[in-house]
Amino acid sequence: MATLSKPMPNATLEPPTGKATALAVRGLSIYFGDHAVLKNVSIDIAAHAVTAIIGPSGCGKSTFLRAINRMHELNPEARMEGEIRLFGDDIYSRDVESVVVRRRVGMVFQKSNPFPTMSVSENVTVGLRLNGLRDRRQLAERTEESLRMAALWDEVKDRLQAPAISLSGGQQQRLCIARALAVQPEVLLMDEPASALDPLATQKIEDLIIELKKDYTIVIVTHNMQQAARSSDATAFFYLGELIEYGPTTKIFTKPAQKRTEDYVTGRFG
Amino acid sequence: MDNHFEIGLEDLRQKLLLMASRAESAVNDSVQALMQRNYDLAMKVRADDDIIDAFEIEIDEMAIQLLTKAPLASNLRLVTVAMKVSQNLERIGDEATKIAKRARDLAEEPPVKIVLDLPRLAGMALAMVKDALDSFVQRDSAAARAIVPRDKEVDALNREMHNALAQHMMANPDTIGRCLHWIVAAKSLERIADHAKNIAEEVVYLCEAQDIRHNLKK
Repeated sequence: MATLSKPMPNATLEPPTGKATALAVRGLSIYFGDHAVLKNVSIDIAAHAVTAIIGPSGCGKSTFLRAINRMHELNPEARMEGEIRLFGDDIYSRDVESVVVRRRVGMVFQKSNPFPTMSVSENVTVGLRLNGLRDRRQLAERTEESLRMAALWDEVKDRLQAPAISLSGGQQQRLCIARALAVQPEVLLMDEPASALDPLATQKIEDLIIELKKDYTIVIVTHNMQQAARSSDATAFFYLGELIEYGPTTKIFTKPAQKRTEDYVTGRFG
Repeated sequence: MDNHFEIGLEDLRQKLLLMASRAESAVNDSVQALMQRNYDLAMKVRADDDIIDAFEIEIDEMAIQLLTKAPLASNLRLVTVAMKVSQNLERIGDEATKIAKRARDLAEEPPVKIVLDLPRLAGMALAMVKDALDSFVQRDSAAARAIVPRDKEVDALNREMHNALAQHMMANPDTIGRCLHWIVAAKSLERIADHAKNIAEEVVYLCEAQDIRHNLKK
């Protein structure tokens, strides 16, 4: 990993939780062609905390999330300016491969996407096997550990060889979280992880998010204000590609400082 | 398309204002009954207290309905403040009832020959209630903040009256029963001022999201 080579520019917004900074984003702009989807965003995201990203559709929140594990690079029209450091390491440094970044920064998507032809356990270990791990005992250990962390072990321990798609929607989403955790990332990005789930499955995911922050730094994009209020420590509000307000979640949802935040969280626009 | 949540919020606000005007009238009438030795008016205040109680229950139900929709920011503050304001109004109504009860009893006995500044105490407490409610309607945080220190003046005047009545009782033991009625009525006015202060503090929270209760520095 690259190390700090130059002093960081001053952050415009400080992390609100008083914890160490996991992700330091400075002057981040992302363009698709001529269109700026993110405009000069600077933010420090606290380690071992849950940070929620909220904002109306098209505000750049998913693009922001994708930039943190270099997924927007998959779009050939995308262009990025600025800097993102993960525990001090510049993740866009030329000598850093995107695959290494994605190992350190896991991602869970809106719709659960287990590999349909693989079993439950194969889904969990796929990343490890791609990274060359062959030892059966180690793979089994990591499977159990990851499924336990994803609060799924008790439900699937007797059917580890069953097809992943035989699980319920909520279980499939937790399987995807287990798969992301198996490679032992430092940061877990979640893009609307519960939007397709019923209230009970949603509650399980939210409880899991709160449990996981002990070991991971979590960034979650959500349209559900109550979900952000329930599960996050800090909340960032994006609008039209700009970071409008960032602060402790309780403050954002009870007394936001910016009128645009107030209008959004009270449903006056968006 | 109508925003049903906003409509619900406005209904809640209107209901609270209706309750407020009832509570204000109850205090006015109870003080009048006391000063004018008006037995019938005192009985009316007591009977009308049920209406104020019903408002409190209705407002709580409306607020709980709105809370199920998980409001945030100023909407959340309005709903929670409405519940607290209605509770204070209900207690103002209770205090008015207590004054009315004393007014009823005093109306049936000969007057005590003592000069009391009860109209001034009542005027101060009533003005605090009125101003607190106005600050809620206008969402005027500065006006609400200005109400809070007035509570101390009411407390001081109540103490003065308490002392004067205590002395009168010692000098005229035959008036003890009647003087105790006056002490209780004055204490109720002092409590009404406390509730007005509470409402003012809630208005500050509503407007500024700043909790100024109990002088706690955050």
